[in-house]
Amino acid sequence: MTPYDIQGLQGRRVKDRIFTSLVWGLTFSCLAVVFIILFYIFEKGIGSLNWAIFSQNPKPVGENGGGMLNAIVGSLMVVSIAAILAIPVGVSVGIYLAENRGRKLSDRIALAVDVLQGIPSIVIGIVIYVWIVKPTGKFSSYSGSIALAIMMLPPIIKNTEETLILIPTTLKEASLALGASYFRTTMKVMLPAGIGGIFSGCIIGIARIAGEVAPLLFTAFGNPALNFNILKPVDTIPKVIFTYASSPYDDWHRIAWGGSVILVSFIILLNTIIKIFESRWKVQF
Amino acid sequence: MKTSIFKTLAFAGTALVIGLSSCGNGGDKTTDANAANDADKQILGAGATFPYPLYSKMFSEYGKTSGIQTNYQSIGSGGGVKQIMNKTVDFGASDAFLSDADIAAMPAPVVEFPTCLGADVISYNLPGNPELKLTPEIIAGIFLRNITKWNDKKIAAENPGVSLPDMDISVAHRTDGSGTTFIFTDYLSKISDDWKTKIGAGKSVNWPEGELGGKGNEGVAGMIKQTPGTIGYIELAYAIQNNMSYAQVKNAAGNYIKPTIQSTSLCANGDIPADTRISITNSNVDQAYPISSFTWIILYKEQNYNNRSKDKATNLVKELWWMIHEGQAQTAPLNYAPLPPKAVTAAEAVLKSITFGGQPILQ
Amino acid sequence: MKNRWRVLENKIFVRWLSIVSIITMILLLVFFLTLLISSWPAIKANGFGFLWGKTWDPVANHFGMLPFLVGTLITSFLSLLISAPFSIAAALFLGEYYPKGLVPNIFRNVIELLAAIPSVVYGFWGLYTVAPLVSKIEMKLHMPAPGVGIFTASIVLSIMLIPYSVSLIRQVISMTPTSLKEAAYALGSTRAEVITKVIIPTNISGISAGFLLSLGRALGETMAVTILIGNSPEIPHNIFSPSYTMASVIANEFTEAVGNIYLSTLIEVGLLLFVVTTIINIIGRMIIKKVSY
Repeated sequence: MTPYDIQGLQGRRVKDRIFTSLVWGLTFSCLAVVFIILFYIFEKGIGSLNWAIFSQNPKPVGENGGGMLNAIVGSLMVVSIAAILAIPVGVSVGIYLAENRGRKLSDRIALAVDVLQGIPSIVIGIVIYVWIVKPTGKFSSYSGSIALAIMMLPPIIKNTEETLILIPTTLKEASLALGASYFRTTMKVMLPAGIGGIFSGCIIGIARIAGEVAPLLFTAFGNPALNFNILKPVDTIPKVIFTYASSPYDDWHRIAWGGSVILVSFIILLNTIIKIFESRWKVQF
Repeated sequence: MKTSIFKTLAFAGTALVIGLSSCGNGGDKTTDANAANDADKQILGAGATFPYPLYSKMFSEYGKTSGIQTNYQSIGSGGGVKQIMNKTVDFGASDAFLSDADIAAMPAPVVEFPTCLGADVISYNLPGNPELKLTPEIIAGIFLRNITKWNDKKIAAENPGVSLPDMDISVAHRTDGSGTTFIFTDYLSKISDDWKTKIGAGKSVNWPEGELGGKGNEGVAGMIKQTPGTIGYIELAYAIQNNMSYAQVKNAAGNYIKPTIQSTSLCANGDIPADTRISITNSNVDQAYPISSFTWIILYKEQNYNNRSKDKATNLVKELWWMIHEGQAQTAPLNYAPLPPKAVTAAEAVLKSITFGGQPILQ
Repeated sequence: MKNRWRVLENKIFVRWLSIVSIITMILLLVFFLTLLISSWPAIKANGFGFLWGKTWDPVANHFGMLPFLVGTLITSFLSLLISAPFSIAAALFLGEYYPKGLVPNIFRNVIELLAAIPSVVYGFWGLYTVAPLVSKIEMKLHMPAPGVGIFTASIVLSIMLIPYSVSLIRQVISMTPTSLKEAAYALGSTRAEVITKVIIPTNISGISAGFLLSLGRALGETMAVTILIGNSPEIPHNIFSPSYTMASVIANEFTEAVGNIYLSTLIEVGLLLFVVTTIINIIGRMIIKKVSY
C-alpha cells in the first residue's frame, strides 16, 4: 500500500473495473445469445423454404414433400378474427381508462388488465374450452380466435390509454367547446391524434398471439386440409411446428424450420413496424 | 359525416354480432345449400397415433376418388375415446378395444370394428444400429428399470457378437393415453407377473421412475431417434419410415421373431368375436410376433345425433366400408398387416348394424 | 331529429365504454368461477391430499400433483436464477451505464428480439441445440443421457425470461433519483459502489417485483417446456432428471382426458396455476406501481 492509497483506493478501482467488465461481459453474452438463436433459426429455416411450403397441404405421414398452406391460412384466419374481436373492445377500454384516470374503478380495471396479461395462455385455453367447445361439441377456429383475442386485449388497452393521456386536454376542450359531442370528440379528435400509439398497441397484440399454441390445442385443434370456415377446426403455423418438432420425420423437421422462419420473420416485421410508428407518429405537442 | 358513424357502428356491431353468435350454439345453422353440402363431405376423426401413417394415406387416397375430406388428428387412443364420448368427432380411433367401463360411460350405444393389424416394436438408438434379440424378461426388466445398462449381462447373453456400449439406458414411453401403451403393457402383463402386480395394463399406466415421456408415437419415436441410448415402443411403420433399429422378440413358442407383416398377421388367425373385442398379444402361434394388435374405429350405432344429416352419416359409413375393403391395399406398403377374412366379415356385420333414425344406413 | 340522434349516439357510446371496461375487469373473476365450477368434481373427489399426492395414475383415477408442483417450481426458480445475473447486467448497462444513444438503443432492440421468438420455436431450437449439449454433459457424468429434463428446460426458459426481466428492471433502475447518485459520486464513490450501495438498495423492491413478474411468466410457460422437460410425472432426483410441469401436463393430457374426474382434475391444475399467477401478478404490479410514483 502506497501512502497515497487512501482507504484502499487502488483496490476500489480494481473492483470497479471488474464490476464494469462483468456488466459488459454479461450484456454482450445476452446479445450473443440473440445472434446464436436467430442465426440458427434462419440458417435452418431459409434452406428449408421452398414454394411447396406456401402452396401445398401436408402429404400423408411418412411421404416427403408437401407444405403448410393449411396452417398459413389457418394462422391468418385465427389471428385476424382475434384482432377484429379484440381491437374495438381494447380501444374502448383504453379510452375509458384515459378518461377516468384516478378513479378507484379505473384503477381496479387497470390492475385487472395487468393481471390478465400475466395469466398463462394455457389457462385461457381451458376457459374457452369450457365456455365454447364443450357446450357446442365442436372444435372450431373461432373458439381459438376468442382465446387469442383475450390475450390481445392488455397491450391494446395499455397503449391506447398511454397514448390518449399524452394528448393535451386543450385539444379535447376546444372540440367540446365547439359543441361537438363527447362521442364526436373522441372519434374525430382524440383517436386520430393518438392513432400511432393505438395502432402500435394493436400490432404488439398481434405479435404476442401470432406464435401462440397453448390456447389453440383444445380450441382450434387442427386440420390437414385447407379450411376457410370459422366453424371448423384449423391448423396454425405454431401448432404444426409443435407437432412436427417432436416427431422423428426429417422432412417434418424441415417443414417445421421453414414454419419457424416464416413466423419469426413475421413477428420481427411487426416489431419493426411498431418501432417506426413509435418514432414517427409519437404524440408530440 | 353520416357514413362514418355508420362505419364505426357497423364495425362495433359486427364485432358484437360475431362475439354474441360465437357464444351460443346458433352459429352452425348457416344453411347455405353449398355450405351444407360441403359440411356433409367433411369428416372429423381423432385418436390413435399407431395407425396414423396408414389412416392419413387411406384418407388421402379415398379423398381423391370420393371428394370426402377427412380430418384425422392423431392425439392418442385415450383422446379418441374421449372425443367420441363428447361427440366432438365423427369417429374415434383406438388400439385398445373399449373396456366395459368405457362402454358404460358412453352417452349412447357405440360400435367398434378393426381396420388393420400392427406391431409394437421395441426400438432403440445405439451406435452401429445392431439388431438386438430380446427376451420377454429383458424387456420387462428394462421397462421396470431393473436393467439399466446397455451392456447388462442378460442382454449380452442373448446377443453374442454384438458389442454393447457401456451406456445408461434411457426409457421412453407415452405421456398421452395410448393404445400403443395398452398393447405393450397388455403384453408385459401376460409375460411378467412382476409387471402385472406393479404396473398393470392400460392406455396410460403409472410408470416406474426415471423414464421419459413423449406425446404420440411421433413423440416417442422422435425421442429415440434424437438421443443415443434410448429405448421405447413404437408402431412398426414409424420405425421403418425413419430407419430406426428394432429388436427381434422371443415369442411364446420360444422363437426369436422379427416384426413383419407376415409375423403380425399370424397372430390374428383365430376366431373373431362378434363385437370384435379381442386381444391377440403373446400369441402362441409358432412364427407369430408377440406384441401385435388390431386397431379399432369407434362410432355411434345410431348416427342421427347433434343435427347430423343423413348424407354425412352415409358418407362416413361408406368411407369406413371402403377402409376395410379397397383401403386394405394401402396396408402392406406401409408395413401394416391387412385384416384377415374373418375380421373383415365381423367388421362388415358391425358396419351394417349402424343406423340413421332406426334405418340401417347400408342396405 | 339529427340532434336527438346525436344525443343518443353519445349516450350509447358512453355506456359501451363503461360496459366493456367493467366486463374486462370482471373477466378475471369469471375465469376464476369457470375454473372453479369445472374443477369442482375433482376438488371433491381428490380432496386436499391432491396437493401433496405423489402418484399420477389416470387409470385408477388416483391423482396427486406434487410431481408437477415440484417440477414447475424447480424449473421456474432455476431459470430465474440462471437469467438473473444476465438480466441485471443488461438492465444496468441500458438503464445506468448507457441510458441514451444510438448503440444502447440498438442493443435494447436486439435484446427485445428475444421476445419476438415464439415459445414453440424456442422449444424446437432447444431440442436440437441445447439438449444434445446437455446430453454430452450427462454422459460425462455417467448418468442416463436423454438430454431433455429440468436443466435443459431451465436454460431455454431463462433465455425466454431475459427480455421480459431486463425491460422491467431497466425501467426501475432508470427511475433512481439523480440527486441520490450524484451525492454518492460527490462522496468519492466508484460507479460499482454507486450501483451496489445506492442504486440496487434503493430499488430493491422494484427489482424484486421485476423478478416476481418474471417468475409468474416462467410458471405458466407451456410449449417450450413441454418439448424440453421430458414429461415424467415423478419427484426429480437431481437437476438433470426428466420432470413435468403443471402447464405441460395440461397441454399433453387435456384432449385425451377420459372421464369427468380426470378432465376436471386437469382443470383443477389450471385453477391452481391461475390463482398462483394472479396473486404473483397482483403483488408484482402493486409494488411496481408504488415505486414508480
